Amino acid sequence: MSSSGSSPAVRRLELIVVAVVAVLLIVVLPLLNAQGLISNFTLSLWGKYLCYALLAISVDLLWGYTGLLSLGQALFFTLGGYMHGMYLMRMIGELGQYKKPIPDFLVFLGWERLPAFWEPFSSFPFALAMVFLVPGLLAYVFGFLAFRSRIKGVYFSILTQALTYAASIMFFRNNLLLGGNNGFTDFKFILGHSLADPATSRALYIASAVTLLLAYLFCRWLSRTKFGLVQQAIRDGENRVLFSGYATMHFKLFIFVVAALIAAVGGALYTPQVGIINPGEMQADKSLEAVVWVAVGGRGTLLGPILGAISINALKSWATRAYPDLWLIILGGLFILVVLFLPGGLVSIPARLKALWKKLRREPEPPPASSTQPAQPVSAKS
Amino acid sequence: MIKKITSLLGASALALGASLGSARAADTVKVGVLHSLSGTMAISETSLRDILLFTFDEINAKGGVLGKKIEPVVVDGASNWPLFAEKAKQLLEQDKVAVTFGCWTSVSRKSVLPVFEKNNGLLFYPVQYEGEEESQNVAYTAEAVNQQATPAVDYYLAEGKKKFYLLGSDYVYPQTTNLVLLEYLLSKGVKLENIGGGFRKDGSGKIISAGKYTPFGHTDYQQIVAEIKQFAASGDACVISTLNGDTNVPFFKEYAASGLTAEKCPVVSFSISEDEFRGLPAAQLVGQLGCWTYFQSINTPANKKFVSDFQAWLKKSNVPGLVKEGRVTCSPMVLSYVGVYLWKAAVEKAGSFDVDKVRAAWKSGISFDGPGGKVTTQKNMHLTKNVYIGETKADGQFKIVKSFNNVYGEPWLKGKFK
Repeated sequence: MSSSGSSPAVRRLELIVVAVVAVLLIVVLPLLNAQGLISNFTLSLWGKYLCYALLAISVDLLWGYTGLLSLGQALFFTLGGYMHGMYLMRMIGELGQYKKPIPDFLVFLGWERLPAFWEPFSSFPFALAMVFLVPGLLAYVFGFLAFRSRIKGVYFSILTQALTYAASIMFFRNNLLLGGNNGFTDFKFILGHSLADPATSRALYIASAVTLLLAYLFCRWLSRTKFGLVQQAIRDGENRVLFSGYATMHFKLFIFVVAALIAAVGGALYTPQVGIINPGEMQADKSLEAVVWVAVGGRGTLLGPILGAISINALKSWATRAYPDLWLIILGGLFILVVLFLPGGLVSIPARLKALWKKLRREPEPPPASSTQPAQPVSAKS
Repeated sequence: MIKKITSLLGASALALGASLGSARAADTVKVGVLHSLSGTMAISETSLRDILLFTFDEINAKGGVLGKKIEPVVVDGASNWPLFAEKAKQLLEQDKVAVTFGCWTSVSRKSVLPVFEKNNGLLFYPVQYEGEEESQNVAYTAEAVNQQATPAVDYYLAEGKKKFYLLGSDYVYPQTTNLVLLEYLLSKGVKLENIGGGFRKDGSGKIISAGKYTPFGHTDYQQIVAEIKQFAASGDACVISTLNGDTNVPFFKEYAASGLTAEKCPVVSFSISEDEFRGLPAAQLVGQLGCWTYFQSINTPANKKFVSDFQAWLKKSNVPGLVKEGRVTCSPMVLSYVGVYLWKAAVEKAGSFDVDKVRAAWKSGISFDGPGGKVTTQKNMHLTKNVYIGETKADGQFKIVKSFNNVYGEPWLKGKFK
């Protein structure tokens, strides 16, 4: 289940695959789009999937590599989205429904001037700093309290779920002056470029793909450092690590904050591409969905979460159009199948096929004597 | 398990076959249906999908639109607002639908709005909303605030009510409705101390809005009902409720338990229609008021035919997942129905499916005699229609007690009544 155990050859192969896919995603796809061979719609979908992949990586960094199942990771994703969204709202200028210099939802709440805490978000560097600071600080404080109290396992999961639930209720309130239920929408410009321009969408897509690649490379590097090894040791037996003299709390706190930052960047890239950010994104089911992506893709690997996030969301995009009445059953059935027959997730398919291939090749070699033995079922060992 | 999978595969194959078949059929026009068929909004929005499919069948049976049969492209927004935007993009950029009927919540409409504006699409929006919006890419068949809330106030004033308690769920529709109602009540000479629910003030202490707000899914109404009881002690008070969905159950339960009745202090709700009573116990609401531009109980031949045709369609239809028992018709359904016919009339007047031409035809003023009476399109993309106030009956239907004919749909009401 862990990548630390895989052989150097496999790791080299993985790197080659990643390099090829990265070139495809970062260079080829946008080029084809610029030529008109791939529609703007398809590219915008991929942009969204890649943001979800960042969220999935952050879940796996905690769950697959540290043994901390966070059921509230979408909170950090959404917070990143909100921080960037505040900048985007300011960039609408006077082009809103009311043609006023403040966001529409403030007008309908009766405000005539911009509340003070909104002022600095007119600056992109400030908003960018907040994308990191706000989710990072929340993760630090929450993580500090949770890990200091040695909250582990299912209790930790429940707490993270409660945190995101509480936050969603808070953000639903109109009095918070962050758009309430509707959140932020109807964005027009980013850094002076119109969001309706396909070139802007392409740039945002490329930014998402590059960020995903960087996050992947960072996690890959981290998992091989001494830090990463301690991290995985915590997953496999925290008490042993503790008694070996490591302050596991600091390790866990660090990784929790890093994961929150990765999710937050994903959210910040997601908002302008999807065109809306609202408290619905931090409801409990969104975080659970991200955990499912990781489980389907392959927990404890780095490619798994990316593969899971992209494939499930692509399937969802397709099925909600092709089978609007059945898509939930299709998706649910797939999850059950993967859990039952592919506990290693989609990334374990090549290894499975290889094992099967070896067996098939070996089969004809021995004399008929072996035919008395029943064939090994291709079921999973958990 | 295996049996389930095979039947699922069978069903998928059937659906695939059906979609291929219809795609091959010549002379069709693609029309988008963008509602939530799963998630929290499915209970309400699935009814709109059903009525739309019924309307398409009815029109197709009579030869379609401009000689073309309507080919619905149904997608599931899944009560997921970013997914609504994605599906809108798909309908407009990939399926290239001529028109889309869809959305229920304001947030879903706000989510798809930029997509429709960017692609110059046309969305028909059928559910009562807060106004303060006038996109050239949306045909608002929905009730504006002056087609629900202000007529209800007029009715109460005529009934001799002097005190008004404003209560709602905390989202954009109740917030905006109450903002308008505060101004409207003051303009009608209602005193500030006779408006209940609390006020919101800006930094300088100036009152900017009114109303008591509870979150979605709120269940504890004890304190609020106690407050209303005190407010209503003088006997000339009423409640204007923009509470949404499920929260109505604990509210009305508490209301009845406290001894408040429709005679002592009536409640008018803007979000409870006949269709909601499929999930709400009507008994606790008997005598309380509703205000819509259509009630199923409207006693006209046109409405009777509409209701019986829909029931007949339900019986013979084979739409997967269709609920056939206990179905009713309600205002959002009728405004969806009316929307399709108005679009058809606009297309036929324009002689084209082109959005700019259809919009111009809409703006020229088209009338249609629907189940709720005559509706007429307006230059501001809204509809002139009749408004009805009804009393809830134990069977979840409404007895109409007052009607206002040909009310002009006005989206911009903030600051209008001063």
